[in-house]
This record gives sequence, structure tokens and C-alpha cells, in this order.
Amino acid sequence: MDQQHAYRRQLRTYAIGFVSALVLTCAAFATVRFHLAPPQTAIGIVFALGLVQIVVHFRFFLHIDLERSARDDLQLILFSTLITLLMVGGTLVILANLHHRMM
Amino acid sequence: MVHGAWFWLLGRIDLDSFAFVRAWREPSLDRLIAAGAAAMVVLGAIAAFAIITRMRKWRYLWENWFTSLDHKKIGILYIALSGVMLTRAVIEAVLMRMQQAVAVNQPGIVKPEHFGELFSTHGSIMIFFMAMPFLIGLINYVMPLQIGARDVAFPLLNSVSLWMTVGGAVLMMASLVIGKFSTGGWSGYPPYTEMAFNSGVGPDYWIWAVTLSSLGTMMTGINFAVTIYKSRAPGMHLFRMPLFCWTSLCVSILMIFAMPPLTVATALLALDRYLDFHFFTNDLGGNMMNYANLFWLFGHPEVYILILPAFGVYSEVISTFSSKRLYGYRSLVYATMAIAVLSFTVWLHHFFTMGQNADINAFFGVATMTIGIPTGVKVYDWILTMYRGRVRFTVPMLFSIAFIVTFVIGGMSGIMLAVPPLDYVVHNTLFLVAHFHNMLIPGLLYGMIAGYQFWFPKAFGFRLDERWGRIAFGCWVSGFYLAFMPLYVLGAMGMPRRMAGVFQSEYLPWLLVAAVGGFLVLAGLVALFVQLWVSIRRREEASVPVGDPWDARSLEWGIAAPPPEYNFAHIPDIETRDPFYAAKEHGTAYDPPRHYDDIEMPKNSKVGPLLGIAGAACAFGLVWYIWWLAAAAFVAIWGVVIARSFVRDIYKTIPAAEVAREHQRWLSQVAAARGIPRELETTPANQGLAEGAAA
Ligand code: HEM
Ligand SMILES: [Cu+2]
Repeated sequence: MDQQHAYRRQLRTYAIGFVSALVLTCAAFATVRFHLAPPQTAIGIVFALGLVQIVVHFRFFLHIDLERSARDDLQLILFSTLITLLMVGGTLVILANLHHRMM
Repeated sequence: MVHGAWFWLLGRIDLDSFAFVRAWREPSLDRLIAAGAAAMVVLGAIAAFAIITRMRKWRYLWENWFTSLDHKKIGILYIALSGVMLTRAVIEAVLMRMQQAVAVNQPGIVKPEHFGELFSTHGSIMIFFMAMPFLIGLINYVMPLQIGARDVAFPLLNSVSLWMTVGGAVLMMASLVIGKFSTGGWSGYPPYTEMAFNSGVGPDYWIWAVTLSSLGTMMTGINFAVTIYKSRAPGMHLFRMPLFCWTSLCVSILMIFAMPPLTVATALLALDRYLDFHFFTNDLGGNMMNYANLFWLFGHPEVYILILPAFGVYSEVISTFSSKRLYGYRSLVYATMAIAVLSFTVWLHHFFTMGQNADINAFFGVATMTIGIPTGVKVYDWILTMYRGRVRFTVPMLFSIAFIVTFVIGGMSGIMLAVPPLDYVVHNTLFLVAHFHNMLIPGLLYGMIAGYQFWFPKAFGFRLDERWGRIAFGCWVSGFYLAFMPLYVLGAMGMPRRMAGVFQSEYLPWLLVAAVGGFLVLAGLVALFVQLWVSIRRREEASVPVGDPWDARSLEWGIAAPPPEYNFAHIPDIETRDPFYAAKEHGTAYDPPRHYDDIEMPKNSKVGPLLGIAGAACAFGLVWYIWWLAAAAFVAIWGVVIARSFVRDIYKTIPAAEVAREHQRWLSQVAAARGIPRELETTPANQGLAEGAAA
């Protein structure tokens, strides 16, 4: 009984995850395909949808949530995000500045 | 140029590629030195081959070492590799010191081109093939024992990483015999290393050797991080881990994030060179500044990859030989974490002079100085650990103390360099060379030597000779000061780095002193080898089978020396920090477990060595444009990987009865041994049992 219950719950999370992932993907394609926004905004929208997509994958497929058991994983993900932001952001700032001064 | 069938078969190789032929055609001193170095490689290889064949040890080596997935053996192999490479790099360093000392207003002994190869190989080897293998080897050996694990999380990956590193090292050695190495320094900056300026094989050797090693290192990082997260013994919370494990964890995470930028940088440079791309070329939209940026995105975290493991070693050594628990454990952990994060915020200080505006420079300058704070915390913690302790001045302890003093001096010059206007003045001078050797020699090499002396008895069951250890210590420390303090002065006087010769007579006295220092350092290295030799000869009287020669604190000392393959007959339950020390105080350190279980361990695998050979072959083919070799080796690499995925029978079981037998044999050795007080720890009375430990 208990096992079946857990199984049902799992199935539901996967289903929710799958549907949201699908919707987010389609939304991104639709934005571009049907010119739903001017190009600049469209890039922003696609980017934002991508970020939400990441969160959906983590939450529903990789089971990273705010509970204690997933704390280690969550910390690692946040740390990875921090380092990636530092590296990518720093690179953009530095190279943009160099570019600017070469002009 | 070579043509036709020859090119198809052997690519760019021709007779002049061989150092011997070049020396034969024009026997100048410069070329004879190059041929001598090549001869050392060839003769060394032949001698090793002959000795192993003569002693019929091939099968033994292959079965017990090369294909072994035991983290302890892999660790030892890493350190052996590091020892070979250290020897070469130190000899090159001494050659450079000699050259600069005799090349004031004179041509000296090697030509500028050759000098360029010397500093490039010295730098690349010291970083990628001496320092990295040494620290990875040490972590490999010690960390799983300290957290109470039987092996790392991915034993096969561990072996693959090792053999890829070996493949890269083989490439470095091959470059001495056939072809020429890069003259672009250890950082390989384009556009100088692009085809337009350097169409020879040198930069290609550099690219592929570094790529192999960086891939291996990144996999090692993943392996160690997962091991620490997933394989700790029950009760071993993160905050009960010895500090060495903490630094290992931070280092692994740095490896995971810092190696990819390097791999990307070398891969893009390879695309430029092989497929005519223009990432970093002068023309057609290339931008070499992004190379500098990518390289140092790796390069700065790299220096912390190099230094943090040594910090871990010092923490263990200082607390053990002061007979005190580590002062400020938590602050040391947080300082380590802070350093790891901050190390990703400072990379621009390596190119303050590249042209970004003053605000950006100021930001990175300040960020750089901030690292001084957690580092300072650590220094005080170590000093306070010694304070009122029963300090014993053994060899590892001596290196640790020399480290504290010397490292602080190097740190001061680092804070100076972090000020952008000052950096503009001494950038690219010997001041910088003095600074980073002042950090790396105490902050890496002394630490590795200390760790080697400290854990050697654990790994091999006998202590290293104290007297030769002290001689080595004396040579290394005095050699360091003589070799590098003059460089601060020379740098302040304006002598550029990477110079094959100069025309300022006032540099001469300083260069002479530095040369003497170089020879002392070499003597220190020789003393280490003598120490090893002497210790092996006297291993009977220095043997410490019980396994705790230093009255130490963490888990690894509570098992036999050398430890059994599976490390722990019974995985311990951890209740405190310094669990072994606590067990000794309670008199429970050598209690037999209630029962023994079968133990499952990974079987040997040929995959690692095969991938290493194929990787090196592929790289060699790419360097020399031997396309068939590169393609065949590439296919072989993936063939091996795919074939391995079909192997299902990858574990062996060690029966409980055998575990029990081995364990009881060791326990009877413990019972027969006499516990010794600390005054006797460097005498033959030391059998590895501390006084009062076995109640
Ligand atoms: C053991 C004593 C050592 C001596 C005598 C020594 C000597 C030298 C010398 C003479 C240079 C060239 C300086 C110049 O450009 O004029 C150099 C460069 C360098 N050394 Fe060392 N070194 C030693 C140890 C180390 C260690 C332990 C490391 C790193 C772990 C290291 C890393 C480097 C690097 C990265 C360079 C820069 C290479 C380049 O210019 O691209 N060295 N060293
Ligand atoms: Cu740096």
C-alpha cells in the first residue's frame, strides 16, 4: 500500500516535470517561430525560459529540493552557479572593457 | 621538408629532428648539451627496461602495479612519476642558473632558443608533471584512508587519470630526443605560439602534453570530490574530517572548475594551429587577449590547487609533532573554503598590464589582497598549534617550520605585486620569478616533501633516515634562499625574466649567488635520493609494522603499515575528530572487531595503461602530423572504452577468513611490540606503537 503510494507520487512528479519541460521548450520555439516579441526581447525570453527549464529539471528529474537530504547537492549546484557566473561574467566584463579601449 | 611516402609514414620527422643528429652535424656546446639530455632519456629508458627484464619483474609490475586499481598503488605511482620529472626540471633549473651566471656580456653555454626551451619545459614540468602528480598522488594515498574508505569512488577512472598524466609526461620526455619543445613558456601565449611565428613541433608538444594532463586532472577532481562526499565511514561528518581531507575536497572542486578553461584554451589554440582557425591570431578577427583570460581563469585557481594540499599536510604534521589537536580547526576549514572561492575572483592580476581600465585593475588588486586574510588566519593557527605543545623537530616538522617563515616572505611580495601600479614596474622581471618560487617552493614542494617523509612509513612499513633527511632539509632551505632572494634584487634592478643573457655587469654578483643556490637545491634533491637508498638498505631496523610511528591522530595510523589492500578489516564507526587518538586514550585502538565480513574490491584492469599508451600515441601522431598513427590511436582509445563497457565481472571478493587471518597476524605484532615514548621515535626502538596506546 505504502509502496504503491510512493510510486504514484513519483509518477506524478515525473509527469509534472515532463509536461512543464515540454511547455517551456515549446514556448521558447514559439516565441522565435511566430515572432511573438521583437528580437531583443525574444532573446531575453528564451534565456529566461532556459533558466526556468534548468530549475524544472533539477526539481522534478534530479530531485533537488530544499529538504535536508538534498542539501549537499543543492549547495554544490549553487556553488557551481556562483563559479560559472564569476568566470563567464568576469570574462565578459574584461573583454568588453578591452574591446572598448581598443576602439 | 619531407615528401611523399616518407611524409605519409613518418610525418614531419626527418633526420634533423633528432637531437643526436643535430649535435653530430654541428657539435657546439649548446647542441652537445641537448644531445646529452637526450642521451640521458634514452639511456635511462634502456637501463630501466634492462633492469626490469633482467630481474624478470615485468609481470610483477604489470599485475601488481600498472593495472592495479588500488588507490594506494596509484598514489605511489603518481609520486614516482613526480620524482622523475622533478629531477629533470631541477637539472634544467640549475642549467638556467648557470647560463645566466656566465652570460653577462657573453654568449654563455646555451643559445637563446635553447634557453627558451629550458624555461618552457622547466615551468611546464614543474607545474603539470611534478607538482600535480605529487599532490594527486599524496591525496590518492592518504585521503581514502583518512575518511575510512576502502578505495576512491571510481577506481578505474583513477587509473585512467594516472595513465593519461603518464602519457603527457612521456611526450615531454620524447621532446628531448626528437624535435624541439616550445619556447613559449609554461603559459604558451599566442600569437607567439601560433603558426605564423612558430610553425615547428614545439607548441604542439606543449599543447598535447598539457591537454592530456589537464583531462586526467579534471577526472581526478571529480573522483576525489565524489569520494569525499559519498564514501566516508559512518559517523565521519564533514566537520570530523582531518584538515588534509578538507583541503583535498577544496582542491578537487577547484580542479573540476579550473581545468576546463585550460583544456578549452589549448583546444582552441590547437584549432588555430591545425585547422587554420583564428581564435588568437593577429589577423582575421583573432583576439589573443581572450587566451590570456582563459589561461589565467585556470592559472590562478591552479596555484591554489598547488598550495592547498600542502596546507593540509602542514596541518597534520604540525598537530602530530606538537602532540596537540589542531588549533582553530573550524577557522582553518572556513579559511580553506574562503581561499577556494576567492581564487576564482583574482585571475586578472596576471595581466594587469594588458590594457583594461584602472577600475577593473583596482577591483582585482583589492580582491587579490583579500586572500591574504584567510591565509594569515592559517599561519596563526599553525603557530598557535605549536604553542605550548611538545614540539619534536623531525624532518617533516622542520620543513613545516621553514615553510611558515619563508611563505610569509613570499606572501608579502605577493601583496606588493597585487598593487597594479607597482606591478607595472616589476611585471615580467625576476621580481615576479622570485615571488612565485617563493610561494611554490615552500607552499608546494616543502609540503610535498614533508608529506612524503610523514606518510612514507605508513606506505612502506619503515621510516626514512633522519640524518639524510636533515641534510636534505639544510640544502633545500639554504639553497632556496640563496637562489631566490637575489632575484628580488635583480628584479627591482630591472632584469627581465626569460633572458638568456644580459649586458649589465652589476647583475653579475647576484646571479652568481643565485647559481650557488641552484647547486645547493640540486644537492638537496640528491640528498633525498640518498636518503631513500639508505633507508631501503636499513629498512629492517627502521621498520614500524604496527603502523603508528609518530603517535598520530587520524584513522590511517590505526592500521598496519603497509596497510592491506582493503585498508580496514572492519570499517570503523567515527564519533569524534581525531578518532584514532581518542581510541588510543581509551585504550581501544587495537581492539579486534566483533566479526569479519567478506570484502569486495575492484579487479585489476588494463584499461588505464592502454588508454595512456593510446593517448600518448595519438598526441605524438598529432605533433608530427603522422595522421595514420593519430587516427589509429584515437580509434583505439574509444575501442578500449567500448570494450570495457562489456566487462561485467569487475569485482573480486576477499573472504572473511582471509581478512581475519591477516588482521590477527597484525594484532599479534601489535601485542608483541613495545610502546615507546616520543623521545625514541627516531630510533630503532620505534616499531610503530605509541606508549600507552595499547592498554
Ligand atoms: C628547485 C629549485 C628551482 C629553481 C632553481 C628554479 C629556477 C627557475 C629559473 C631559473 C627559471 C627561469 C627564470 C627566468 O625566466 O629567467 C624558472 C622559471 C619557472 N619555474 Fe622554477 N625553479 C625551481 C623550482 C620550481 C618549482 C618547484 C616550480 C613549480 C612548482 C617552478 C616553476 C617555474 C615556472 C612556472 C617558471 C616559469 C617558466 C616560464 O617562464 O614560462 N620552479 N625557475
Ligand atoms: Cu594568481
